[in-house]
Amino acid sequence: MVYSLEIKNLRSGIEQKEILKGVDLTIKPKEVHALMGRNGSGKSTLAQTLMGSPTYKVLEGSAKIFGKDILELETTERAKTGLFLSFQYPSEIPGVKVYSFLRMIYNKSHEAKLSPRMFREFLEKKIEVLEMDPSFSDRFLNEGFSGGEKKRMEMLQMLMLEPKVIILDEVDSGLDIDAIKVVSRAVNYLIEEHNSSVLLITHYSRILNYIKPDFVHIMLDGKIVKTGGEEVASHLEEYGYSDSELDVPVLKNEE
Amino acid sequence: MKNNQLKDIRETYATKFGFNMPEAPFSKAQMGLSEDVVREISKNKGEPEWMLEYRLKAYEAFKQKPMPSWGADLSHIDLQNIYYYIKPTGAEKRTWEDVPENIKTTFDRLGVPQAEREYLSGVKAQYDSEVVYSSLMDELEEEGVIFLSTDEALRKHPEIFKEYFGKVIPYADNKFSALNSAVWSGGSFVYIPKGVSVKRPLQAYFRINAQNMGQFERTLIIAEEGSFAHYVEGCTAPVYSSDSLHAAVVEVIVKPGARFRYTTIQNWSDNVYNLVTKRARVEKDAVMEWVDGNLGSKVTMKYPSCYLIGEGARGEVLSIAYASKGQHQDAGAKMIHAAPNTSSSIVSKSVSLRGGRTSYRGLVDVALSAPNARARVECDALILDSISATDTFPTMRINESSANVEHEATVSKIGEEKLFYLMSRGLTESEAMGLIVSGFIEPIVRELPMEYAVELNRLIELEMEGSVG
Repeated sequence: MVYSLEIKNLRSGIEQKEILKGVDLTIKPKEVHALMGRNGSGKSTLAQTLMGSPTYKVLEGSAKIFGKDILELETTERAKTGLFLSFQYPSEIPGVKVYSFLRMIYNKSHEAKLSPRMFREFLEKKIEVLEMDPSFSDRFLNEGFSGGEKKRMEMLQMLMLEPKVIILDEVDSGLDIDAIKVVSRAVNYLIEEHNSSVLLITHYSRILNYIKPDFVHIMLDGKIVKTGGEEVASHLEEYGYSDSELDVPVLKNEE
Repeated sequence: MKNNQLKDIRETYATKFGFNMPEAPFSKAQMGLSEDVVREISKNKGEPEWMLEYRLKAYEAFKQKPMPSWGADLSHIDLQNIYYYIKPTGAEKRTWEDVPENIKTTFDRLGVPQAEREYLSGVKAQYDSEVVYSSLMDELEEEGVIFLSTDEALRKHPEIFKEYFGKVIPYADNKFSALNSAVWSGGSFVYIPKGVSVKRPLQAYFRINAQNMGQFERTLIIAEEGSFAHYVEGCTAPVYSSDSLHAAVVEVIVKPGARFRYTTIQNWSDNVYNLVTKRARVEKDAVMEWVDGNLGSKVTMKYPSCYLIGEGARGEVLSIAYASKGQHQDAGAKMIHAAPNTSSSIVSKSVSLRGGRTSYRGLVDVALSAPNARARVECDALILDSISATDTFPTMRINESSANVEHEATVSKIGEEKLFYLMSRGLTESEAMGLIVSGFIEPIVRELPMEYAVELNRLIELEMEGSVG
């Protein structure tokens, strides 16, 4: 079976400090895996390591997208395999208009190019889906955006790229319930229409009401310590991470 | 990141701009500078006696003044190894067909005739020492607009010429204004009558062709009350192993309520010393805007200035400098507030890479006679690698307590985080860098005429061909 994402014994860190201490995770097409855990447990490190952040160094293990090992690839090449990361803190790029940036990444990621008019129409539809103001496309990329606007901007880029493997790093933080619904709609659209799979990193189970997880994983000190269904998230919501229930043996992912 | 892959915008210079044509001068002064050379230039032009005297006084001042040592390194200029006057052709032409073949081919390759057809009100083309071609739209001529080479203006409009020439920048202002005043040749004379608004830009293109050439054009602009015009100049030269010198003087008089914009895209080859004095006198409620792009040359020292002498006058400078290997761009601006309620703004952006060096050098002076002055200075430098450098030399002389002066300066490197973010969207590292650089200079590029903005962005090499149309 070829997995969308297959991670084996992944260890990574900053310089000498190990943060990920052996992560195993497999995700099939159309599956949604929620990854929960305290601050500092290594969730974002996993996301950044997979995308190839220069901050983190891989120490051991492998990560494959559709059977292709990505850990040796430049970030650009990883993106080309269909991997997408919605950043927790997206960078601001002054002077670069959203419209021309989106057109650039669309054309780079699609064989069939769209004429300027067709692209404009395509973009307008996506902007509507995300309930964004059309004037967004004339602003500079993320510059002066509020936290919520940045998250929508990440979703808009995701809709341009139509990625196969989506990592959402706390896409719900700082969003009200209406915004969470909007974001979820965009993600669910890609799952349905493009068979995308999702690794959803979050602190709160709230978003899981709108993006239904097939599995919920709990991360603790750089490792996945528990895997289950939605009930794991509801348990967490009720008792928090300090509950001793977490000490139950890790459940295996069903093949 | 593993390596710096940003394409140097000057890599293609040699083929695009750096070509040369065989020299076939109509006449050429002997090499080096002497009183005889100064007299010969004046005689060749058939000038009135007062101009010869002016030149000779300027030559004396030039000899007495020391080389400026406070800025870029000028110690390698060999002033005796330069031709001070090369006349390429008999007389200025009114149609491109009449321009000698080699010269016409040069300007064709640089796209000057095409630009003229598409979006300009008038054109001047200077080749070495003389303007070889000029044109102006008929309707502007009928409205009384004058757009001539400075030499021709001296012949045709001696009164107005004498009234303004050398008044904004006295010959003894600095060593290179003195040199220009002694040996000046060519340049543009622009006169915009009262209330006339010139919609499309007037353009001058300065081309050095000969080796060891010194180009000393002299530009004089008068914008009468309530008028508006936009003047654009471009400059390129062949790539030679020996140095050339470009020392222009540009004087602008902006009368009450007028607005004048002067845009320069300087793209000399990197064997050219570019030492230019540019100054505007800005009268009551008038606006002067300098848009100053320095991409080329070996060394540039240029600080466009506004003397705000009328109440409510405003001056603006937008400056962009790009320094690659072997280049030092020492650029900036000067704002002299000498009347009440005057305002000024200086925005400077510089990019240095591959060992290039940029310096911002600026002055804001608020005189005691200038209450309620407002001045804003913003200078941002972007350094693309560890072997390049930038420095900032801002001077503020504020003698008036009611002045409101702001100064902001930033120096930044391209952060790995930004590159990583853009690369995660599928851009290559060089595309990501190009995008960040073009975003950095965007505030200035958007002020350029469209054709120049397009060209500049292309120069910055986004490598987006095929991906963005």
